Amino acid sequence: MSNSAKTRNPAYTPKDATQERRFPLRELILFGVLLIAVLAVYATMGAAYSTRMLVEAACYAILALGLTIQWGYAGQFNAGVMGFVALGGFCAMLFSVPVNDAFWGTELPGELGRVLLYGIAATLLVVAATKLDRLGVPKKLRTLIAVVLALVLYMVVISLLREVTGEIQSRAGFVGGFGLPAWTGWIVGGALAGGVGYFIGHICLGLRSDYLAIATLGIAEIIKAFLKNSDWLTRGTATVSPLPWPTPGPAELGFTLSRAIYLSFTAVVIAAIFFLLHRAYHAPWGRMIRAIRDNEVSAAAMGKDINKRRLEIFVLGCVLMGLGGGMLGTFNSLFDPQGYLPLNHTFLVLVMVILGGPGNNLGTIFGAVAVYIIWIMSEPLALFLMQLAVAFGEGVFGWDAPSNMDSRALQARVLVIGLLITMVLRFAPKGLLPEKIKNHS
Amino acid sequence: MNELAFFINNVVIAGSVSGSIYAIGAVGVTLIFSIMRFAHFAHADMMTFGAFMVLLLTTLFPAAGASIGVPTAILMLPLAMLLTAVLAVGIDKAFYKPLRAHGVKPIVLVIGSLGVTLILQGLIRLFAGTSGQSLYVDDRKEIFRLALPFEGARAPIVITEPQIYLFVLTLVAVVTLHLFLHRSRLGKAMRAMSDNPELAQASGINTNTIVTVTWMIAGALAAIAGTLLSLDVTFKPDLSFFLLLPIFAAAIVGGVGHPYGAIAGGFVVGFAETLAVFNWNVLLRPFRDSLPTWLELPSNLAFVGTEYKIVVPFFILVAILVWRPTGLFKGKVI
Repeated sequence: MSNSAKTRNPAYTPKDATQERRFPLRELILFGVLLIAVLAVYATMGAAYSTRMLVEAACYAILALGLTIQWGYAGQFNAGVMGFVALGGFCAMLFSVPVNDAFWGTELPGELGRVLLYGIAATLLVVAATKLDRLGVPKKLRTLIAVVLALVLYMVVISLLREVTGEIQSRAGFVGGFGLPAWTGWIVGGALAGGVGYFIGHICLGLRSDYLAIATLGIAEIIKAFLKNSDWLTRGTATVSPLPWPTPGPAELGFTLSRAIYLSFTAVVIAAIFFLLHRAYHAPWGRMIRAIRDNEVSAAAMGKDINKRRLEIFVLGCVLMGLGGGMLGTFNSLFDPQGYLPLNHTFLVLVMVILGGPGNNLGTIFGAVAVYIIWIMSEPLALFLMQLAVAFGEGVFGWDAPSNMDSRALQARVLVIGLLITMVLRFAPKGLLPEKIKNHS
Repeated sequence: MNELAFFINNVVIAGSVSGSIYAIGAVGVTLIFSIMRFAHFAHADMMTFGAFMVLLLTTLFPAAGASIGVPTAILMLPLAMLLTAVLAVGIDKAFYKPLRAHGVKPIVLVIGSLGVTLILQGLIRLFAGTSGQSLYVDDRKEIFRLALPFEGARAPIVITEPQIYLFVLTLVAVVTLHLFLHRSRLGKAMRAMSDNPELAQASGINTNTIVTVTWMIAGALAAIAGTLLSLDVTFKPDLSFFLLLPIFAAAIVGGVGHPYGAIAGGFVVGFAETLAVFNWNVLLRPFRDSLPTWLELPSNLAFVGTEYKIVVPFFILVAILVWRPTGLFKGKVI
């Protein structure tokens, strides 16, 4: 940060000043270590397992890129990655699962559509009621009318919906899918996640950043609660599987090869995102975003619309999370609403971003792969250490080993992730590959 | 009249129970917010830690409570409060103090507290396993059934022993906290520091002492809340995720940095939750015959199903953020 003023090109141009090329020693060493780690996993755990790990790490890298936009570029802390991932996974499921004739062949879709229309009509009525003061109704009376009307209409619509969904559940099981290719679901998932992000950002981005964290945490839990309990839409805890892949599946090509093809598919997506982000970052848009992050007051004084840019960034990050969530869901080939854990999806991605270097896309991808390997490997390692400790304890003190060692070793992952977050914040607050901040002063 | 008893059991008592727990938790969050100026996400895990300490002590000395006639868990509570307070101070020294010394933004402290959340959760589950356990190791939960003094009232009002302890201890905690904040020198210094840290420091208040005291109070309160909740239901290592949102909602509803607001907010959230999942059809049942025939009430008139309880604090939170970001009691930080 400090030496960039010296190294920058003295001729200032409106585009980002190109830095003097330095030899990327740090990047080379870090990625070399990562490569060795990946090869070690391949050597010990086998090719099918390791390729699976790499695909999952690649999907997480997309999520991490989404979070690095929000946290690294704009300093917005999104604690609800899980919710956006779950939305992506849900859309991937809804679009790719084959059409369910037991539902679409009956009058049930019409009934469901009717309830949805009622819902829209009720919303319009309530919105109209909030505008009553234009007709000369006193403001207090207007609020009262709107609240009472909203409660009553909500009750009516929700009980109609309960009837229809009960019917669907008993007669057709669940709605089923649209039978479209998986990537349509990914795109819609990204759009849906962006829409939810717009709603949250609209309310919370103007407030203190802690509130955004709490609100996103809440929305993630709500999305999960909805997906888990809407049996008519998602089969709830019964889970939906298999989800069709856009690439040839393991049944045709075997595990390793099919996963490798899926991996190259995700790699293409990552490369595209990376390229677009790189362009945006070095374009005037990226400079404006960094100006807002670094000095909001002066950016506002320059006439930048702070709130609009912030919302833009937040929605963009959420779109990437929805997309990554869709790809992850399709790869797992199983939609289980209960499988969306804040631990796996929110905090893991958070560690990837802060370890790799918030705001640095390359660092984020490095962080994603590195942290995912640590996360996957900490369980067998912990089990091994615990067995050592137990063997030692039994031999020396005559302890009784607890019976549920495996489930306890699983908890070591949580501990490792927590330790990683706190250690990185303390000792490498800018991450292993820090963002190269250019000063134009 | 059975409907009334049902209402009291399901709304008044259940609401006060969760309200008290949220209130004690939210006071801790709000105190930390007003002194350290960040949202401490690991608070719910300090609650779990306190309850876990009580569980450990109770399994070590299961018969200790019987000698003086209280459940062992209640007898062990002061010790657990002390341990949790020590933990809270230790966490601050180990994780937050170095960050504060670097002068980081509050949001980085929030992320740090998420890390602490995960560490605590991992440690507790590593030692306690993942299944739920009763804090009544050797004792039995007593259940009191009070008949309503009306004719034709067959359903009794049900209240359990831990719920009575809960109400008494909440009252004691609130009164003690009030006296501490208003009568003692340290409490006054704390209030001064929450109002204006620079001025407080300039007038000779030792910031480090205040910070330590705040963590001790927050830790002790967290231990009380966690233990009382675990007494009422069961101790579960993943208790904290279900508490985090209601507690923060309560703190924000009451106005951040405002202890009495947090208490009020706790009860608002607690009652809102129980009212939202309550089936109003039960109360309308006696009037069913007198309703016009075209109006047929559905059998389920609850606003949300029980499984959507988590939605309620969130909606209160969003409503407050939109309508009055400083909270009901005009907190200071935003």
